[in-house]
Amino acid sequence: MFEYAPAPESRDIVDIQPSYGLFINGEWVEPHSEERHPTVNPATEEPLSEIAWADEADVDRAVETARKAFVTWSAMRGAERAKYLFRIARIIQERARELAVLETLDNGKPIRESRDVDLPLVAAHFFYYAGWADKLAYAGLGRPGREPRPIGVAGQVIPWNFPLLMLAWKVAPALACGNTVVLKPAETTPLTALAFADICRQADLPPGVVNIVTGAGETGAALVRHPGVDKVAFTGSTEIGKLIAKAVAGTGKRLTLELGGKAANIVFDDAPIDQAVEGIVNGIFFNQGHVCCAGSRLLVQESIADELIEALKRRIALLRVGDPLDKNTDIGAINSAEQLAKIRELAESGEAEGAERWSPPCTLPDRGYWFPPTVFTNVAQSHRIAREEIFGPVLSVLTFRTPAEAVEKANNTPYGLSAGVWTEKGSLMLWMASRLRAGVVWSNTYNRFDPASPFGGYKESGYGREGGRHGLEEYLAL
Amino acid sequence: MTAPLAEVAASNASLRAFLHGLPGVDRVGAEARAAMLGTRSIKTTAKKHAIDLAIRMLDLTTLEGADTPGKVRAMCAKAVRPDPSDPDAPSVAAVCVYPDLVPVAVAALQGTGVKVASVATAFPSGRSSLNVKVAETEYAVAAGASEVDMVIDRGAFLAGDYLKVYEEIAAVKAACAGRAHLKVILETGELATYDNVRRASWLAMLAGADFIKTSTGKVSPAATPAVTLIMLEAVRGYLKATGRRVGVKPAGGIRTTKDAIKYLVLVNETAGPDWLDPEWFRLGASSLLNDLLMQRQKLATGRYAGPDYFTLD
Repeated sequence: MFEYAPAPESRDIVDIQPSYGLFINGEWVEPHSEERHPTVNPATEEPLSEIAWADEADVDRAVETARKAFVTWSAMRGAERAKYLFRIARIIQERARELAVLETLDNGKPIRESRDVDLPLVAAHFFYYAGWADKLAYAGLGRPGREPRPIGVAGQVIPWNFPLLMLAWKVAPALACGNTVVLKPAETTPLTALAFADICRQADLPPGVVNIVTGAGETGAALVRHPGVDKVAFTGSTEIGKLIAKAVAGTGKRLTLELGGKAANIVFDDAPIDQAVEGIVNGIFFNQGHVCCAGSRLLVQESIADELIEALKRRIALLRVGDPLDKNTDIGAINSAEQLAKIRELAESGEAEGAERWSPPCTLPDRGYWFPPTVFTNVAQSHRIAREEIFGPVLSVLTFRTPAEAVEKANNTPYGLSAGVWTEKGSLMLWMASRLRAGVVWSNTYNRFDPASPFGGYKESGYGREGGRHGLEEYLAL
Repeated sequence: MTAPLAEVAASNASLRAFLHGLPGVDRVGAEARAAMLGTRSIKTTAKKHAIDLAIRMLDLTTLEGADTPGKVRAMCAKAVRPDPSDPDAPSVAAVCVYPDLVPVAVAALQGTGVKVASVATAFPSGRSSLNVKVAETEYAVAAGASEVDMVIDRGAFLAGDYLKVYEEIAAVKAACAGRAHLKVILETGELATYDNVRRASWLAMLAGADFIKTSTGKVSPAATPAVTLIMLEAVRGYLKATGRRVGVKPAGGIRTTKDAIKYLVLVNETAGPDWLDPEWFRLGASSLLNDLLMQRQKLATGRYAGPDYFTLD
């Protein structure tokens, strides 16, 4: 037996303050609100720091600051704005290890993922949009001869699953297009956004261009409702997305929503099986399944179902669950007690509704929030675990007989964010891709991201696109 | 061979149908998986264990036109006792030489437990007649080689003449006469695609290979983590299908301890820990040994010794 000795990444590299204020006008300011709450390490339940929960007065101050900063930032030449964005991208690369450790501490995701996926993508996103800042007139958007213009102040509310990456998806295109930003990170994962505030200072970004207000739902609601906000961008649950859509309706504010998903990962009988197994694992267990585009429904052609499920179980038994800071950990902690309760409840409903539940033998740590990798077989379309987003390491396996049935089942969901198709037959791949109603269709892969590729949903998965040239459109008046 | 696969080699058509019916390999996915396993962090006690295991799995190799009895004897001495300053350093698994030097190696390794492997079958190109290949195998076995590393006819494989490749392997296996283990070199660098690597792996196993081996070391690229991953998946699948376990040997281009440990991780998380034994996994290398010894000593003493503290043979 080859046991891997513990290989923990050192946390000495991060410097977490006992408490944080708000980042407004390029400075740390004391909040008007007196409410403070701890942010905890979900792997240990240890409090990491105390953060302010900003109130309406704080949000107002941040938005007014952003309005003032918009005057100069929007008038700046694109090439000048690009300099700041390139500088931010480079600083992120230089501080990547620190940011990765911080993300893992606050979020619970394995250091291997924050180091090898999150941080490289964060830097890539800033580099990508930095490149666009002086080329907006050539992006093929709007009318010829008319210069695209920024919108104004963007109020951005981001989730806890990819804290710094979602910040990058929001802030980089907004700034490249000449907008200013008030950003609210999730209350359970504010630390990397607060570290980003420091990066803005390090990059000499003009004060007020990026403002960060921490807090929970109330803070986000105040930001979204604020009349000084011209554009709202939200990533999170469909439930909150609907509330935001209502709040914004009739105000003239521009809105993009990137919401939930219940993606189908579809495996045909001629698929490259070993890689499909990897893709299924990566599709649902990446980031503990806290991924809006997670491949939470495995649709497998019935003729290979037994063989595939056996291979899948063998592979899942190898997943290493535990200390997120250990460099060999594959699955870390569930982000919060609240999310853990949701996952447990939905998993129990799966059993109650008659699906067959399986997890590999694995020992979970005593403290912290943990859920073992779980597979449900014999799942029917009518089961809640096949309908509702679980946002955890839980896979539902369904079968199909023909390509048409695969399309029908895959599309038979209120969501439409992503899908995966596994087949060695190119014509079938194209046939499937043209019929799947999902913003992203991955071909013989899953959960691959690139700043140049637009991302967004159909139906209840939201609207608007982030990333790529399309992502510019959401931050420009054309 | 067990019943379900007994008829596969009845004709070239049936072999072809079987090999082309194996699931395909997605290049991007296979390379991503191999790369991910390469990020495993093997430290302290795990590293110590891995280094000793890698030494015990080593086929210490010299395959040069300039090889002499003196050179082979020196290498054999090193194979038995790799680190003169530390008698606890394990011996390697085998030495690997050309057939005419087998008697020298056998004499040098008498009673040490280190095995003698010989390349054969018109190594490295395999371009000769079957008679010559069989005769060369018999010559090596008669001289005392307990392992034979044969090459497949890549030309026949790429031409789709799977039956010819199969029959050659089976004939060489017969020439080993139960006295030598047969390692079949696929020369994956010439097969070019992972689909071919998977098919050649199954073909060799069906024909009786005890081991499948990536490369001669004379063609670039030699062993890569992704190719080894495909072969480890193949032996895993073959065990499941037939009940017979086949070994894997990546060879060529493995020079550092870090590389060697990556291969052990690949084995551990692909074929499984049952393969983590010199009986079932070998590393074909030469310069790797000194790096393993250097890292081994560093773990024990906390300091790196200079290269002159390790023998050059």
